[in-house]
Amino acid sequence: MKTMIMNLMEWVDARFPLSRATREHVTEYYAPKNFNFWYFFGSLALLVLALQIVTGVLLAMNYKPDADLAFASVEYIMRDVKGGWFIRYMHSTGASMFFVVIYLHMFRALLYGSYRNPRELVWIVGMVIYLAMMATAFFGYLLPWGQMSYWGAQVIVNLFETLPIVGGPLSEWIRGDYVISDITLNRFYAFHYLVPFILAGLVFVHIVSMHKVGSNNPDGVEIKKGPKGNRWSEDAPKDGIPFHPYYTVKDLLGTVIFLAVFFAIVFFMPEMGGYFIEQPNYEPANPLKTPEHIAPVWYFTPYYAILRAIPSFAGTQVWGVLGMFASIALLFVLPWLDRSPVKSIRYKGPITKFSLTVFAVTFVVLGWLGTQAPTTNLTIMSQFFTLAYMLFFLLYPCFSAAGTGLTLVARALLGLSVGMVLATIFYWWVLWSGGPTAAVRALYTLLSLVILFVMGILPALRPDTVRPVPERIEK
Amino acid sequence: MRRMVLFLSLLSVPLAAPAAGSAGADLDPVEVSVRDTVSLQNGAKLFVNYCMSCHSARFMRYNRLARDLDIPEDLVKKHMIFNDGKIGDPMLVTMTPEDGEAWFGVAPPDLSLIGKLRDPAWLYNYLRTFYLDDSTVSGWNNKVFPNVAMPHVLSDLQGIQKAVFETRQDRNGSTHDVLVGFELVREGTMTAHEFDDAMRDLTNFLYYMAEPARMVRITWGIWTLLFLAVFGVLAFLLKKEYWRDVH
Repeated sequence: MKTMIMNLMEWVDARFPLSRATREHVTEYYAPKNFNFWYFFGSLALLVLALQIVTGVLLAMNYKPDADLAFASVEYIMRDVKGGWFIRYMHSTGASMFFVVIYLHMFRALLYGSYRNPRELVWIVGMVIYLAMMATAFFGYLLPWGQMSYWGAQVIVNLFETLPIVGGPLSEWIRGDYVISDITLNRFYAFHYLVPFILAGLVFVHIVSMHKVGSNNPDGVEIKKGPKGNRWSEDAPKDGIPFHPYYTVKDLLGTVIFLAVFFAIVFFMPEMGGYFIEQPNYEPANPLKTPEHIAPVWYFTPYYAILRAIPSFAGTQVWGVLGMFASIALLFVLPWLDRSPVKSIRYKGPITKFSLTVFAVTFVVLGWLGTQAPTTNLTIMSQFFTLAYMLFFLLYPCFSAAGTGLTLVARALLGLSVGMVLATIFYWWVLWSGGPTAAVRALYTLLSLVILFVMGILPALRPDTVRPVPERIEK
Repeated sequence: MRRMVLFLSLLSVPLAAPAAGSAGADLDPVEVSVRDTVSLQNGAKLFVNYCMSCHSARFMRYNRLARDLDIPEDLVKKHMIFNDGKIGDPMLVTMTPEDGEAWFGVAPPDLSLIGKLRDPAWLYNYLRTFYLDDSTVSGWNNKVFPNVAMPHVLSDLQGIQKAVFETRQDRNGSTHDVLVGFELVREGTMTAHEFDDAMRDLTNFLYYMAEPARMVRITWGIWTLLFLAVFGVLAFLLKKEYWRDVH
């Protein structure tokens, strides 16, 4: 029996590098030994992707992409298909949990500088994956054909309408109609089925490129450049341990904990209080009846808040759309904005720690703002946090360039940021004088200036202190 | 570990519904439970006798109702199916949407999912706060759904009530008539207390009907989490054992 399997392996290996790939990527892939809590989310993202594809295929067997039948077919799945409700709740919960996991995964990269040289491409491919996820989620949200599906899609496709000249024809081309209709539903279904497989391919590229350069770690130390030789191999990094079995058993524990949270949502609160499945979506799509308040699902709301925060100017609303796309585009160039001599937050200085905290708070608050119906005060709050979001990225070269002085790029971005803050404050004070009270305006002005000072001016006066990075991983 | 506990405790921060919209704070609370079969049966009876004259429940099948509510199928056939429908049929009405629109100004909506679309407290209050109003077409109005097209179908049970208004000043100094209570002008066949109980049952039934899977969902969840707890202990021990030699 044993020789039979060995022979089979030999036969395969002569034709396909199965054993070699297993060694390179699993049993002899040496990962740093100091992964912490934040390092669970990569494997969890892979798990959720697999869950989404499996549950998605099962749902597709009973779903009907037809404006007259779609809503009823979802209810058919919820009631008449054996276990259908379970599969659908796994899929709807999975969509949201995918973003939860990915946001934590991305924040990990921000914490430990995982996007820095030599991992820029890992980060870029990851960002493309993130875009593919957003596209898939957007296409998929239309399929239940409820009120929020319909009007959410209507609002988002209408964004393209604000682009000059091409806007109208472009949004019409996307919909295939003048409004969201059966035609749109059909093509969104086709894309919703297609994109996840492209996404899976991108994940493959993401992992291969990451394995080529090796994993980063909470210390930001390059273990490949450190001393060699461990128990398993003489020329493997001393601080590395084989991915299997060490990280497979560790990730197994992470998986069980994650699944406990996941299934608690699926079984006890599948709508998650209206965040995962919105209440108005239990009413079939009705093109003649606009819901009181249209909000996208929570994972899009930070960008939605940015979109709404930027007012129309010169007779067009395109600025909000551009601002929204810019907020995502800025993430792409992060590897080149970070000028710090160290990777990990552990060795970066207080200014950087302050800035990253501001950014984390900003992202969460923007997310909350995006779910709310706009009021004067909330709009000002959105504008302030939109500004904070942009400043974080634009000033990254300034506050991260510890001890190295400000580069030309940093100075240019600093100037741009100052201009942005002043223009925005001017906007609040002059054009919006009828809205908030003077005290509110003064408060936001003060906060903006504090952020601008700490992230932009202070680093030029007194560069952020950086602690020396140890030669090897400190346990 | 400390950080992880902090993270998990952040996750458990209660989430407020972003779009609960119409569920105001001044609604009388109601307790619903899909385990209360007696209440669900009474709710189903009320639904079939009163609501289903106009409203369908097109995603709900009679035999599902029989099974979930512990009602023998022959009794369902005899007492709940008024046309020549079969036991496996969905709960449809003979009134067409066109008729509904002609008679009420708007077609009575299907109620299969109303228990999801509206919170139980909203439904419970809506059913109990119809009052006389000369200014509307139907002669009725409602506290939680102003100017609703539906007349008070349950008035022979509840009786007929009129609204008591009080004139109040708002912050800007302008005055408004605020609905502060009801006054019974004609008694119904039920006392106020009996009617409240009946409406609780009907609300409970609508809540169940919006998601029949509720019947088993919680039980599945408890077993799944128990399994994961045991698995988690094993996974933890396994991890600890493997990692003993990593320093």
